[in-house]
Amino acid sequence: MSYIVKPKVHHPSLQKNAIGRTRRDYEGAISTLCAGCGHDSITAALVQAFWELDIEPYKVAKFSGIGCSSKTPAYFLKEAHGFNSVHGRMPAVATGAGAANRDLIMVGVSGDGDSLSIGLGQLCHAVRRNVNLTYVLENNGVYGLTKGQFSASADPGSMSKKGDVNTMAAIDGVLMALTLGATFVARSFSGDKAQLVPILKAAIRHRGFAFIDVISPCVTFNDHEGSTKSYAYTREHQLEVVQADLVLPQAEIAIDYSHGEAMRVQMHDGSVVTLRKVDENYDPTDRDRSYEVIRKHLLAGEVATGLLYISPESVDMMEQNEAVDGPLFNLPFESLCPGAAELEKLQTRFR
Amino acid sequence: MTSGVNEFAIKIATANGTGSGSANSLIMQAIFRMGIPVTGKNLFPSNIQGLPTWYEIRVNKDGYTGRTPTFDFMVALNNATYAKDVAEVKSGGYLLYDSTWPFSEELRRPDVTYIGVPLAEMCNLSFKGVRERILMKNIAYAGALAALLNIDPDIIVELTQEKYSKKQSLLESNRRAIALGFDYVKAHFDCPLPVRLEKMDATKDSILIDGNTAASLGCVFAGATVGAWYPITPSTSLMEGFTNFCRRYRVDTVTKRRKYAILQAEDELSAIGMVIGASWAGARAFTPTSGPGISLMSEFIGLAYYAEVPAVIFDVQRTGPSTGMPTRTQQGDIMMCAYASHGDTKHICLYPADPHEAFEMAVKAFDLAERYQTPVFVLSDLDIGMNDWMIPKLKWDDSYRPDRGKVLSSEELDAATSFFRYLDVDGDGVPYRTVPGVNPKGAYFTRGSGHNQYGAYTEDSDEYQEVLDRIAAKVKGSAKSVTPPAFKRKIGAKTGIVTVGGCHGACVEALDRMAAEGIVHDYMRIRGFPFDDDVREFLEMHETNYVVEQNRDGQLRSLLMLETGVSGHKLESIRYYSGLPLSAQVVISAVKEKQRRAA
Repeated sequence: MSYIVKPKVHHPSLQKNAIGRTRRDYEGAISTLCAGCGHDSITAALVQAFWELDIEPYKVAKFSGIGCSSKTPAYFLKEAHGFNSVHGRMPAVATGAGAANRDLIMVGVSGDGDSLSIGLGQLCHAVRRNVNLTYVLENNGVYGLTKGQFSASADPGSMSKKGDVNTMAAIDGVLMALTLGATFVARSFSGDKAQLVPILKAAIRHRGFAFIDVISPCVTFNDHEGSTKSYAYTREHQLEVVQADLVLPQAEIAIDYSHGEAMRVQMHDGSVVTLRKVDENYDPTDRDRSYEVIRKHLLAGEVATGLLYISPESVDMMEQNEAVDGPLFNLPFESLCPGAAELEKLQTRFR
Repeated sequence: MTSGVNEFAIKIATANGTGSGSANSLIMQAIFRMGIPVTGKNLFPSNIQGLPTWYEIRVNKDGYTGRTPTFDFMVALNNATYAKDVAEVKSGGYLLYDSTWPFSEELRRPDVTYIGVPLAEMCNLSFKGVRERILMKNIAYAGALAALLNIDPDIIVELTQEKYSKKQSLLESNRRAIALGFDYVKAHFDCPLPVRLEKMDATKDSILIDGNTAASLGCVFAGATVGAWYPITPSTSLMEGFTNFCRRYRVDTVTKRRKYAILQAEDELSAIGMVIGASWAGARAFTPTSGPGISLMSEFIGLAYYAEVPAVIFDVQRTGPSTGMPTRTQQGDIMMCAYASHGDTKHICLYPADPHEAFEMAVKAFDLAERYQTPVFVLSDLDIGMNDWMIPKLKWDDSYRPDRGKVLSSEELDAATSFFRYLDVDGDGVPYRTVPGVNPKGAYFTRGSGHNQYGAYTEDSDEYQEVLDRIAAKVKGSAKSVTPPAFKRKIGAKTGIVTVGGCHGACVEALDRMAAEGIVHDYMRIRGFPFDDDVREFLEMHETNYVVEQNRDGQLRSLLMLETGVSGHKLESIRYYSGLPLSAQVVISAVKEKQRRAA
């Protein structure tokens, strides 16, 4: 993960958020990805989302596996700990970290190879566990670092740069997450920051596993004609079925809900996600209907985007585990060790 | 050894899933409560119901715990294994069988006394329902053994009362079944037999416990809060133990919330990933597994080594390679754990010999993992992990405080001018670390890719090597902190016996028995890796060292040669890898044979 440190030049007129930080404070090192890479736009959206949420960067922990996407945690939130783990195994590391400290705000960045091939099992089980993690799948249908092999999300019939045609079925992360019981499922496009930032904000505030599949074109290996993950193809076929916005608790009063089709979903921290349906038939709190509509669009060659499903009843892993409030890692030792007298008493059982 | 009072071995042959476990532990516990040293070994199949299973009880007034391969008393209740069971009875020994059915004349040996007890017939008359009849048949043979071996009936009553105090009907059935066996044998045979029990006072400061339970208790006492695992024989009961003890000790009395998290992973890769994530975030975390699990975890173990993340891994070894015999014991993972993962790695290992050490080493493993910021293995085996051992009572020092290693607090970070994750500030090879979510000055990027001492990505050869060399020095330095070998020296000994882990019981017995014949050896039992100088010195000072271990390829011997540089011709290998626990006789025969050939 090569990176170059950014120069620290801050313009005095940069806008500050509620905790007095500028967007610059949410950035990281300079990206070494290819110019025009979709992943860099997603990094920028993450910077924007955390800044808008007024989150102290050090309260965040960033996770990734291996691949182009997995380099990106170095490019945002330099004041946060990051863990670039092994290929396809980021969910396990984040699961453990979340168990040690449930107060961490965890964000994981992965790719389609990392998530849907080598790490498919880990992704599935992190979804099932409802780990409190914002999981961004930067989806470009191709292996970049190894120069252009198809990934498991490549659509059947799509063509590689070299001209090979993919003959295998694609794994659709969104449909898969829905069937596995995910409590927050979204799809977006790296070229649509206006849509992506509110989704990320809602995901970060969601208590549970928030799965976001972001079509993120690979300019070097998968942005040609014949690709179904190119900028041109995605722009043409993207269909927003629901518009999401996140309203923070303190800002709630100022928002006018009177117009349109807005649905309100209350989050654990008191903030509210408003969902404006573009598609009349869509209900983003109905798992089966969501599945049906997304599947229908998929078969029609359309990429349905938006905050596609959200469960207001999400119970995350540590709640399921009935864990104490706050982190486990710094509980006082005296409250963890039963002590000599108790050991003596216990051992009457072993006689 | 001459059999007799408080000096004999029993083997009980039954079929799996018939409930013989409770009868066997009843017998074992009763002997223990009579104050007589006793060990039990469960030889069970990888099966839920139907396959043959055996339970071996060794009564030994001197307290030797090794297995004995022949038996004074055989309880042969599985006709599928009659022939094998008959063959294992010592000449002059006894065999109890269920005389409801005839016992084939072909299987009768003139030098064995046959004791027929109509267990099924009596239980069919006394109990209703298939399940209860089968279960009570087991309790009935316990009753018969009580009469034949002179087990104190009061203790049997006491034990059944304790066990079934809340289930009155079961208590009643058990009592009746015991009486059936007891009374029948009393009426038909001369009781007790010459091999029998007489009360002693040698167990009052001891407990009966298996190594997995003891290790799980160590995890609780060490303050571990995150346990991640994938079920695998023979390590499963370690996490079951942790779960039970946490329910007892770690639930907040007011809020009923848990001060622990147990994560059942989808596989071992995930289990170790969770441990690494939790340790990275500051918790004491561990995973119990067996050999196949270590194979799967290897990539992550390399990450933890190189990114310097603590992790505690219990490897309750079973026979390999591959699936091997999952319910049999071996020490086949010595080499794999020492160097697990690709690239240059070397790991701290601790090798308990019994449940007592499993408890102590569990605690120590967390201290070492955090002090050295690296994975630590505790290698026990199926025999230690799953069998009940008589060990001195566990002790705890209330002044113990965990060694959390060099973790910078928020205040320390505020006061520091700079923080670089992999910088050797103190010159001991151990850098400082921080945990996430505490202080913005502590942020760093953890990676398994090349990094320099400042924590930044690097592809620069010198920067890369600098970090790799420091880690090597750090792990080498841990040799002073791992558990030192246990030595026993004899005046005039020119040879040494060197062993590890669960071979200890058989080796100690072998040493004593050889000493009684005038053959003396010094003794070194390896308890930790990396080795310190004392290991090399011991090997060098003896003309020949007999390295006793339970695997085919002499892994401990190889590790000793690699790591101490001592020449192979000084290290004679004694290997036993049948999957059964080692016996003293194996060691004695092998040493004598090698000495005879050398002479």
